[in-house]
Amino acid sequence: MPGRVGVPTPRELRQREQAGMDVRTIWRRFWQIVQAVLVYVVIGYLIWRGAAAMEYNWQWYRVEPFFYRVIDGEVIWGPLVRGLIQTLKLAVIAGVIAVLIGFVTAFARLSQSISGRIIATCYLEAIRNTPLLVQLFLFYFVLAPIFGIDRFWSGILCLAFFEGSFAAEIIRGGIQGVDRGQYEGADAIGLSVVDKYRYIVIPQSLPLILPPLTGLLISLIKHSAIVSVIAVSELTTAGLNLIADTFMAFEVWFLVAGMYLAVTITLSIGVSLFERSLNKSKR
Amino acid sequence: MLDATPRPLVQFRDVCKWYGDFSALHDINLTVHEGEKVVVCGPSGSGKSTMIRCINQLEAHQVGTIMIDGEEVSPEMKNIEKIRREVGMVFQNFNLFPHMTILDNLTLGPIRNRGASRAEARELAMHYLNRVHIAEQADKYPTQLSGGQQQRVAIARSLCMKPKVMLFDEPTSALDPEMIAGVLDVMIELAEEGMTMIVVTHEMGFARKVADRVVFMDEGEIIEVAEPEAFFSAPQSDRAQLFLSQLLGH
Repeated sequence: MPGRVGVPTPRELRQREQAGMDVRTIWRRFWQIVQAVLVYVVIGYLIWRGAAAMEYNWQWYRVEPFFYRVIDGEVIWGPLVRGLIQTLKLAVIAGVIAVLIGFVTAFARLSQSISGRIIATCYLEAIRNTPLLVQLFLFYFVLAPIFGIDRFWSGILCLAFFEGSFAAEIIRGGIQGVDRGQYEGADAIGLSVVDKYRYIVIPQSLPLILPPLTGLLISLIKHSAIVSVIAVSELTTAGLNLIADTFMAFEVWFLVAGMYLAVTITLSIGVSLFERSLNKSKR
Repeated sequence: MLDATPRPLVQFRDVCKWYGDFSALHDINLTVHEGEKVVVCGPSGSGKSTMIRCINQLEAHQVGTIMIDGEEVSPEMKNIEKIRREVGMVFQNFNLFPHMTILDNLTLGPIRNRGASRAEARELAMHYLNRVHIAEQADKYPTQLSGGQQQRVAIARSLCMKPKVMLFDEPTSALDPEMIAGVLDVMIELAEEGMTMIVVTHEMGFARKVADRVVFMDEGEIIEVAEPEAFFSAPQSDRAQLFLSQLLGH
């Protein structure tokens, strides 16, 4: 009913929207943010109290040398930074190999070749239906000695084959997401199979493939922690060693978790910026 | 233009095709000669699209032979893309490449398939864009054009491959009514220049004007082949009569 007191008419609502948020809405938002912060403060307090009850001795003042030390005016990187660099190296190399494996497997699954499809399907089913930890042990204790692979590359290859199986399905989905008419358009002008994929199918599947592939690379960084069980000297191993030396379990695990978080969040922000620029350049 | 014995460009001999138990094409026999314009019509699901899609093997036939300019095409053949370069095809939904400009849509084929230089391909593309009257749109993307313009681009893209024969699979069915005339005009011009054309369409005005023969299909079979005047004024078969009365009835 128009003009009734208290109930905003659609026109008033529109005006309010144009004028921006009113004070009440701003207060409500603010209060909700405060609530969220309070929840974390309470959890943090409980952990602190718990630690105090265990008579845990927080020693945050000792953590700086875990990152770096300055000796004679020279910066020497500490175990956590060196571990992080190893983790990044591991993840980048494994990521590149995983994407390559993904493309090869996806095309093998989509191909007419029966042997290609069998090989790809067996690989996918075997990798996706066994635990990563078991794969790692199998790789490190059985395959690595046979082929003479060191622990660093055992870790990389194991991660690459594991994530590659997921990349394959993401890439296959992206390729199949391209409209059938595009294949027919490419066929009708007589493009070869390679040209058809290179110029028509892959460029159009990239927007479908990139977002889930980012998720995959982020989970690759997280999964890379598992290679600490074969003592590859990456971030998690560095954390384990520090705790063995200093008994500062709480501090070290918080730091290690924070470092993983920093890397993965940076990566996902970077990719979303890249995607936005992709969409913009499209028109 | 008319030789004493025009060359047969597209030949169907006893062609059959099934989807499972469903017979999509049954004993198709048809020869289209160089320079000839054939319009294919019939109710939906009658196999008209399937038939012309078999010509460049977008669909595989199972029985019989299809020859293009004396060369047999079959599902097993290795170099099907060589044949496809000789056969232009225009689709109902245009199938332009949305991630490329109009110009790139047109130059991709000549550059990749014919080894044309970028400049040659560009010149060729602009020539055909002029012919379909949209040269000024060359740097736009397909989605920025109207349906009618997109279909004319699709025609130009096929022409850039200098095909021996052009296939049209319901080229105006997805267009708004006011867009249809522009596309049909381009097709009529093409016909007047002597292009061999096989056109699946329900545009009976176009058929009367351009077609040398009309092929009527129903349930995967060719029911009737006749000159357009004869077909439209006095169809022989009951099914063609019914089809025409439904088409013209409303």
